[in-house]
Parts: sequence; structure tokens; C-alpha cells
Amino acid sequence: MVAMHDREYTSFYEEKGRFKGLFAWIFSTDHKRIGLLYLYSIMVFFIIGVILGLLMKLELIAPGRTLYGAQAYNSLFTVHGVIMIFLIIIPGLPATFGNFLLPLQIGAEDVAFPRINLLSWWIYVFGALLVIISLFTGGGAPDTGWTFYAPYSFKTSTNMLPAVLGAFTLGFSSILTGLNFIVTIHRMRAPGMSWLRMPLFPWTLYGTGWIQLLATPVVGITLLMVAAERVLNIGFFDPALGGDPILYQHLFWIYSHPAVYIMILPAMGAISEIIPTFAKKTIFGYRAIVLSTLAIAFVGYFVWGHHMFTSGMSGTALYTFSILTFLVAIPSAIKVFNWVSTMHQGSINPEIPFYWAASFIFVFMIGGLTGLVLGSLATNVHVHDTHFVVAHFHYVMFGGVGFAFFGAIHYWFPKMFGRMYNFNWARVGWLIFFIGFNTLYGPMFYVGIKGMPRRYYDYLEGFTGPNVISSIGAMVLVLGLLIILGNLIYSARRGPEAEANPWGGSTLEWTVPSPPPLLNFDKVPEVTTGPYVYK
Amino acid sequence: MAQHIAHPHRDDLASKIGMWLFIFTEMLLFAGLFLVYSVYRYRNPQAFHLAAEELDTFIGTVNTIILLISSMTAAMSITAIQRGHKKQTLIFLGITLFLACVFLVNKYFEWGAKFSHGLYPGSEYLAELGHGDVLFFGLYFFMTGLHALHIVVGLVILAVIFFRVRNENVHQTNYVLLENGALYWHLVDLIWIFLFPLFYLVT
Amino acid sequence: MDNKDHHIVPYKTYIIILSTLVVLTLISVAVTSIELGALTVTIALVLASLKSVLVLIYFMHLKFDQKIFAIMVTGIILLIIIVIVITFLDYFFR
Repeated sequence: MVAMHDREYTSFYEEKGRFKGLFAWIFSTDHKRIGLLYLYSIMVFFIIGVILGLLMKLELIAPGRTLYGAQAYNSLFTVHGVIMIFLIIIPGLPATFGNFLLPLQIGAEDVAFPRINLLSWWIYVFGALLVIISLFTGGGAPDTGWTFYAPYSFKTSTNMLPAVLGAFTLGFSSILTGLNFIVTIHRMRAPGMSWLRMPLFPWTLYGTGWIQLLATPVVGITLLMVAAERVLNIGFFDPALGGDPILYQHLFWIYSHPAVYIMILPAMGAISEIIPTFAKKTIFGYRAIVLSTLAIAFVGYFVWGHHMFTSGMSGTALYTFSILTFLVAIPSAIKVFNWVSTMHQGSINPEIPFYWAASFIFVFMIGGLTGLVLGSLATNVHVHDTHFVVAHFHYVMFGGVGFAFFGAIHYWFPKMFGRMYNFNWARVGWLIFFIGFNTLYGPMFYVGIKGMPRRYYDYLEGFTGPNVISSIGAMVLVLGLLIILGNLIYSARRGPEAEANPWGGSTLEWTVPSPPPLLNFDKVPEVTTGPYVYK
Repeated sequence: MAQHIAHPHRDDLASKIGMWLFIFTEMLLFAGLFLVYSVYRYRNPQAFHLAAEELDTFIGTVNTIILLISSMTAAMSITAIQRGHKKQTLIFLGITLFLACVFLVNKYFEWGAKFSHGLYPGSEYLAELGHGDVLFFGLYFFMTGLHALHIVVGLVILAVIFFRVRNENVHQTNYVLLENGALYWHLVDLIWIFLFPLFYLVT
Repeated sequence: MDNKDHHIVPYKTYIIILSTLVVLTLISVAVTSIELGALTVTIALVLASLKSVLVLIYFMHLKFDQKIFAIMVTGIILLIIIVIVITFLDYFFR
């Protein structure tokens, strides 16, 4: 496909619509602007979430009370979790790169329902603000953990309603995004782009869309029930009134486990885009990756009990969930095998997106393998609610989704902003971040196995050494983040102009100018092959 | 570069798929509640059995039939518009809206009777009756309340569509909005089809 | 863009379906007033399921529209059933 690059065109930034200035953005139904709106809002909330995390690590740098006590620490880890999970990682890749890239990658002008798309963003902002407000008002910031477990979540005097209702609102945003993407993929692929000619990132958006659609309502109703407990004393999960707190856990995790696949599937999709481009070789096992994506989405609905192994479930439930958990690991492993096989005998172009993709595989594998430790009943009893769990999920969520996010932003940056960033600073940022990340979370596996509980502001003297290392790692990580973000933010405005296809990518987004014009394609593309075809 | 004009993009199938997807979210929403019901019924069979006798089966049956009829008239309105019969479409929609209101009025009286007997979430009387009753009535009010909320929303949606049909915004060759509105209404009926036996009949 | 089936369902069909639904409703009221113990819930649910299938197929046009809708609906129902069954692996065996 020949790149249509002619500087005499109107990019979507320059397009003059009905509105001016800020309103041209917040009232825009253009999927590219909406994707960027999400990117900017997510970045702002991410910084708040990072600050909360950093405050936690500063408390944990020494045993005993360092900066503040238990109550403040409990609120910190609660709001840190709520922000990171509901405001950042779940919308994360789909809302930013999904919105920007999906129509481009399938040869469409926009998504199926552009106005609903804008509504999704507005709902997101509203829900996010509700959550942030909970930090400052009423009886104090929530202190239940992001999991809002009953009965404490309706007994605590802290400000639960804004947090719970904020999360509920954010759920709608997620549902509408998923709905939009599913219909878009079903109905708006370019002529000739059959399902099996569609690139892998859209495939993951499809699987993710179904999870967003079907799982989110369950947590929605659960949060409403918690609100009803607080306001009406209704008794669903209150043992004093006959309720079962474990039922709350079931309902909560019926969503929250599939939620982690909402997080990781698009991340895997981005990696599946980056690696073929930087290996100049077609993806190994396209069909296997498609099937794995669907398998993860499907089986992922049935493993939620592995978050509840110590809660008091029946033996039958215990081993059923354990077996299913091991099963769901298989398709992920297949993907890792296929990515590595793609690199094998490829012509590697060692640029920064590839660094992120390769290091993604490294950290994701650590996260995934430690997940098996957690999925196995006997070992789970030992490490449940310790820092081992904290390390595991940060490796898969921050390592997995985070690294993929940074890989994606460095890959698609020229397309989105029409400019290129500084490669040297990008490499330095990556290296410092990588070192900081592993220094921060690596020691947690060790102290977790040794018995250091999570969600405690204090710990035994013997755990001091690794905690100091970990907290220093946090600061190194933040330094890396600052360099990375600084480089990107600077370059978005002042970087050198980028061409249509700086990396030699083979998917449709690289055939339009950087940045694309408003309606993406001059003529509707005719697709004759699958993706990732290189000479 | 060539001027690219956005062609007006109408895809009825996409609209319909979108509506069905939304219906799936509602199904999952109520599924969560049905799950809670199943668990607590399983654990408190006697109490649920006895508590259900407090509910008026006659009103429940009447309400069920009302909703079924309204579902039929909603479906019939589509046939009418497909045939280009604007007046019949409006009549069927009107009947649907009317029946929805009757349902809500019945609900109002039902709930009112319960409240006046001290049966409401968080009441002391309810707490004294025991765990099974607390759970049964908690679920009863929450689920029928959420359902009633959906009836109100359905009323609004169908009312808007009613006016669009009157203005001929929705007509014989462009009626996907009516189809989607009717789908929503059928969903509301479907939920009640399950609510009715689980609360009124399993005595 | 292909258009959906323009199949027009006659009023008579809807009236027949409604009558069936009302009859099923009355049957379920009658049956559940007999003491059948644990079987009562099962019968009530079976009849309710029958009614919902009729609503889905006829009122909601699954019978007359593209197959994709019926496939999706079936999938969703299966998903819900599986989730409930797995949850009961806990409660039933405690």
C-alpha cells in the first residue's frame, strides 16, 4: 500500500467545525479527538494516582509510623487503587488508543456511534471527579480498599458514597465504549477486510468490548447494593440481618476478574502490533492469537473465585476455580510464545517501541508465572493478602498494561501528533523506569513470602531492608516517568515533523498522513491481504 | 487534496445490534440480582416460602397480564408502521403507554400497603421477623423498584417515539427507533416474567 | 448496506402468542398453589422460561431477524447460567 503523503492537506487538528477553542475538543465527536481527550484526562488522574502510591512508599520506607498513621494509610491505598483501576487501567488502552486507532486500522471514518463515544468521555470525567471528591469531603477518604468488601464498606464512617457512585458511573463509560467498538468492528470494516484479515489490536478490542459489556453491569448492581446498604440498611451482605459477605465477594469478583482481561487484552493487542513492525516479519500464528484472545475473554469469566480462596468457600468451589485459573493461563502463554517466535529470525529494528514490547514480555512473564503461585490452592493460603500479591498484580497490571501503554504511545505518537520525540531521552527514560520498576516491585515478592501483610502501614523490623530498596525503587521509577512524559509532552508540540510511516508499519493507519485528516481516508481502502505483510 | 464530503451514514443493522448489546447489559444487571435471590432462597427456603404469602398474588397476576398485553401492543405498533398506518401505530403505542401507567399505579398501591404494615428496608418490624424475611423483602423492594425505574424509563422512551411518529420523523421507511424502543419494552416485560413467579408464586 | 428482513408479522400472530402467554401465566398461578415442595420453584421457572422464549422469538423478532441476534442471546443466557451454577458450587457444597 502506497503512503498517501502530501503536506497539502488538512489534519484533524486544523479542521474548523462548529466550535472554537476548548469547545472544539470537548464537544467533538471525532474519534481522534475523543481518544486524545481520554489520553489527557487519564494522564492527569494517573499523576494523582502515582502521588498517592509514592506517599504509601514513603510511609513504608521505615517500620513504625513514619509520616502518618494507619487511617491515612488505609485511605491512601484505597483511593490509589480506585484511581489506578477504575480511572486509569480499565479505560486505559481502549479509550485512548482504541478510540484513536480502531477506525483507522479497519479503514473506517469513525466509530459506529460517535455521539455516544463523546458521551462516554463525559461520563468518564464525571465519574472520575466523583471519585476524586471522595478524597476531600464528608467523613474522610474511603478506607475499605478498592475492593469495598462488605460489611465494612457499609459500616465505615468514611465517605463511601462518592467513591461507590463514582465507580458505578465509570462503569457506564466502559460499557458504552465496549458497545461502540463491538458494533464498529461488526459493521464498519473496509471492503475486503474479512474478520481474519483484521489486525490483532482490533481483535483484542473486540474481545475486550464483550467483557466491558457483559461484566461491568454485575459490579454496577453490586455497588448499588452497597449504596442501598449504607442508605437503607437493606441487609444483603450484613450478617446481622442474614446477609452473606462472601456473596458480596462473589459478585464483586465476577466483574473484577474479567476486568483484568479488559486491562490486558488490548495491551497484548498493542504488543502484537509493535513486534511484527519491528521484526519486519509477519506475526507468528495469527489465528492462534485470535483464538487465544477469544479464549481468554471467555474462560476469564469463570475464574473469579481465585481471589477468594481463603474466604470460606466450599472445597468444590476451591478446586474448580483453581483448575480453571490454570486453564486460562494457557492462551496467554500461547501469545508469549507467538511473539517470541515472531522475533525469531526477524530483522529487528531496535527502536524504543521495541524496547517496551520486549521488556513487556519480561515483566508480564514474571507477573504471569507468579499468578500460578497464587492460583495454586496450597501456596495461595501462604501468600494471600501479603505483598506477594501486591507484587504479582503490579507486574501484570503496571508491568503488563503499563509497559504496553508506553510501547503504544511511543509507537503511535508520530501518527497521533504528527511529530517525533527524542530517541535518546526515550531510551534513558525507559531504562530508568525499567530499573525503578523492578527495584520497586521485585523485593515485594520476597517480603510477601516471608509474611509481610499488605494494606498495613507498619511492618516487622526484619522487613526493613527490602522495604527501603523498594521505596527507593519507587523514586527511581518516578524519575523515569518524568523523563518519559517530559520527552513526549515536549515533542508533541516541538518535535520534528513526522512522516506518514516512520516505522515501516503494514497496517492501514500508516497509509494516511501523520496526523490524519478528519475523515481518515481519502478513498475507502480496498483490502486484499491480511495484516503484517512485509517484503 | 480532493474534497472529501462525509456521506450521511445510516446503518439500521448497526443501530439494532447496538440496542441488543444494551439489552444484554440490562440482562446482566438483573442477573446479578437473580443470583443473590437464588443464593438466599437456597439458604432460607422456609422463610422465603412464608414471606411470599404476604404478597398479593391477584395484583401480581393482573400486573403480569397488563405487561404482557403492553408487550403485544408494542410489537403490533411495528407491524402498523411497516404497513404505513401511522394512526394505528399511534394507537398501539398509546395503549402500551397507558398500560405502563396502570402497572405503575398498581405498584404504588402494593408498596403503599406494605409500607403501612411496617414492611420496608431497614424497618424494625422487618428486622424482628427474622433474616429470611429481611432478605426476601429487601430483594423484593430492590428488584421490583429497579424494575419500576426501568418502566419509567421505558415510558419516557416510548413517549418520545410516540411524538416522533406523530411528526413523521419515524415512518414507514425509517422506523429503527421504534423497533429499538419496542425491544427495550420487551426487555422490561421479560424481567417481570421472572420476577413474578419468584416473588409471588413460590409459596 | 444490506437491510434487515422486512418481514411483517401479522397482528394475528401476536394475538396468538399473547393468548399463549396469558394461559401459561394462569397455569403457573394454578400449579404453584398446589403443594409440591421443591418442585414448585422448578415448575415456575420452567414456565417462566417458556414465556420468555416466546417473547424473545416473536415479540422481539428473533425468529424473523438475522441469525446473529439469536446466537448472541443464546450466548448471553448460557453465560448467566454458567455463572450461577459456578456460584452454587460454593453454596451447595459448603
